[in-house]
Amino acid sequence: MSAAQWRRAMNSGAGRTAWSRPPSLPARPGPAGGAIATGTAAGPVQSIVGALRTIGVRHVAVLLVVLVYPWIATPFFIYQIGGQALVLGLIALSLTFLGGYGGMVSLAQMSIAGLAGYMVAIFGIAGEAQGGASSLGWPWWIAVPIGVAIATLFATFVGWLSVRTEGIYTIMITLAIGVSFYYLAQQNYSIFGGHQGFNQLHAPVVLDVDFGKPVPYYYLALFWALVGYFFIKYLLRAPFGVALQGTRENPRRMNALGFDVTAHRVAAYAVAGVLAAIGGVLLTWYNGRISPGTVGVGAMLNILIIAVLGGMRHPLGAFIGAILFVLVQNFAIDVIARERFNLVIGIVFLSIVLFSPDGLLGLWGYVRTRILAGGVQPKIRGWGVGSTRREPARMRNGGTAADR
Amino acid sequence: MRATRAGLLGSALGTALFAVAIAGSASAQETIKIGALSNLEGPFAVPGVDGHRGVELAVKQHNGMAGGKKIEIIKYSSDATPDKAVAATRKAVEQDKVNIMIGPLSGDEGIAVKNYSKTHPEMVFVNGSSGAQATTLQDPSPNFYRFNTEGAQWMVGLGDVALAKGYKKMFLIAEDYGFPYSQVQGFMASYCAKGGRVVKKAWVPLGTKDYSSVIAGIPPDVDALVVVLGGSDAVNFLNQAEQAGVDKPFIGGSITVDQTVLNYKGKKRESLLGTASAGPMADGIDTPAWKKFVADYKAAFPQGFPSPSLFAYLYYINTQAVLLGLDAVKGDLSDNQSKLKAALAKLEFDGPAGHIKLDENRNAIGDTYITEVAKAPDGGFYNKVTKVVNDVSQTLGLPKAEFTKMGLGSRDVPNCP
Repeated sequence: MSAAQWRRAMNSGAGRTAWSRPPSLPARPGPAGGAIATGTAAGPVQSIVGALRTIGVRHVAVLLVVLVYPWIATPFFIYQIGGQALVLGLIALSLTFLGGYGGMVSLAQMSIAGLAGYMVAIFGIAGEAQGGASSLGWPWWIAVPIGVAIATLFATFVGWLSVRTEGIYTIMITLAIGVSFYYLAQQNYSIFGGHQGFNQLHAPVVLDVDFGKPVPYYYLALFWALVGYFFIKYLLRAPFGVALQGTRENPRRMNALGFDVTAHRVAAYAVAGVLAAIGGVLLTWYNGRISPGTVGVGAMLNILIIAVLGGMRHPLGAFIGAILFVLVQNFAIDVIARERFNLVIGIVFLSIVLFSPDGLLGLWGYVRTRILAGGVQPKIRGWGVGSTRREPARMRNGGTAADR
Repeated sequence: MRATRAGLLGSALGTALFAVAIAGSASAQETIKIGALSNLEGPFAVPGVDGHRGVELAVKQHNGMAGGKKIEIIKYSSDATPDKAVAATRKAVEQDKVNIMIGPLSGDEGIAVKNYSKTHPEMVFVNGSSGAQATTLQDPSPNFYRFNTEGAQWMVGLGDVALAKGYKKMFLIAEDYGFPYSQVQGFMASYCAKGGRVVKKAWVPLGTKDYSSVIAGIPPDVDALVVVLGGSDAVNFLNQAEQAGVDKPFIGGSITVDQTVLNYKGKKRESLLGTASAGPMADGIDTPAWKKFVADYKAAFPQGFPSPSLFAYLYYINTQAVLLGLDAVKGDLSDNQSKLKAALAKLEFDGPAGHIKLDENRNAIGDTYITEVAKAPDGGFYNKVTKVVNDVSQTLGLPKAEFTKMGLGSRDVPNCP
């Protein structure tokens, strides 16, 4: 996949329609040479200025809220709600990227995260495990990169195995991989420590800052969540991300255009794997331990639930879904007779999916267009982010125009 | 960019909701809040509910008061995974501000909650029904108390029974996780020391359906089988052993021949008569204290089991210990509960199934009941108590140095092929 091909994708009708133009305008392929020339001449400065110009009051407000949050919240809310939501959101973001933009719903993201966590336990410092498994006791700054690297390799392998399948078969094969990993961790005693896993995995203490404490942990999680969020935002506008969305919409056409669809998809799995792996390391520090239960089928499905709840049409959906998920998980038991709290969780999740197929983001979009704007605006306009499921027909038209 | 705007506003809204949801702390000292963590979901949901019944029963028998203060029980749930147990405990301690925490249910959860308890040294954590050896033997927590004995202690004395029955060589089949390891160690520690031999061990994954290969691998010259399986695994194994024509007698683990297994239908059921097993309690205990406990349980929970399960009993004695401790200090929780901690450490009391006291790791020293499957006059099967082993310690009656040398139970510890 050459850079020139990516640029061509960027400048093709599909990419333009998806990203910069209102979908109602006809897409015209610009002359490729010209685009490259402007890109190289004033590219970086212009793009930074452009990016700054799009920052509005709301962005600053949200950033302030998440930064100030630890000062107003109790340790419980900082750690168990805030920290956990950010980390689960980061793992769900990897699924949003794969599923929402690549069209590949992988259930194995939690397994990838869990593998990274296990690697940190095995290479790093952890308490004695059952059945002879023991940690190598290496410092965290060696163990963490190794863990992320191995998990990314695993993610690439998962992608390589599953990219040739579509839809439900992708779900099936990634489910199978995830369940296999669960049983491997469950029954392997010499490396993974079996049923009990690893205990006493403390987050590192760097420059006298103990990242196991609520406030430092929160900021650590926030840092990586922001990195993940902006990285995905950037990637989706980059040629690679645009080409990936092209493969989601019409793999055969992308193939005909000269793109290696399989390579793009495997690369997407690898990218998502890095995010999930970082999330997995953070999650392991959050729990202070890891065992097969962390990567069980329930945990794998939770990631899907978070992504779907928030909405898979924008990277932000993963984090919004995670916030709701964590709140409901923690407080449902206070709402109703305590033996029946799963009913609340089920009803909340079911009603969101039932009334808004695009999750909370979709719900908000609905409120904006239908109620706040009096139902004048067309449904799609506010959501022309390029990830819309309702748009394929239009995108195909754009693509057709480009081909002509 | 509209999407971003909408999304960001949404998240701001969500964050604002957090702040609203932060409730004030509990200040009423006339009420003592006790969190009770059991399983209301996952594989142990049914026994977990019975665990909560045990807590309720103990509080009810205490008239809802302890040390002159009202007791408020707040129930929490986990799904048998340690992560969830810690999350629920953290919510109870940090958000709902409970004064004392009771729980959790299963072994690995217990280890995780014990580790968490170190981050809150100011308050008392008491076990629910978890029975992992490592909880109190490895890196114990100074404020985690366990008033029940654990899996290895429950099997002490059974090795002698096997030898007395003339079983010199045995074959072991057990599930492949922590609790059966402990059980097997409790059995083998004395059995091996006194000359018995376990010639072959078969560790099967939890939830195994097909035991044909295990059954085919039983050496022909063994005298008996040690079967440490629970629930549906035990029923499946017994059925398949019957079909395959296994004619060896059995020795059972603490949950192998309980009521759920004894009530299954099959010819092999008759041959279970006389099967010895052991545990911290037994349906057939013939003391007034136990009979009162069973009668109270039945009266309080008509919807409950025909008689209290192991989990109800374990949660009951742990709750009872907390209430007795609170009585002893007159509900005084000042100075980081130091008086309550001291009172609990030296607390001794008679539970429904015998005398209980703590060792220096705050683990119980209590009685183990050796039972044998017998036929009641009405034709039903039950576990008849044949022997009581008093004051079983966590080192299984061995000197501490000797036990430490052996190590905690695992696949290969102990070993005497």
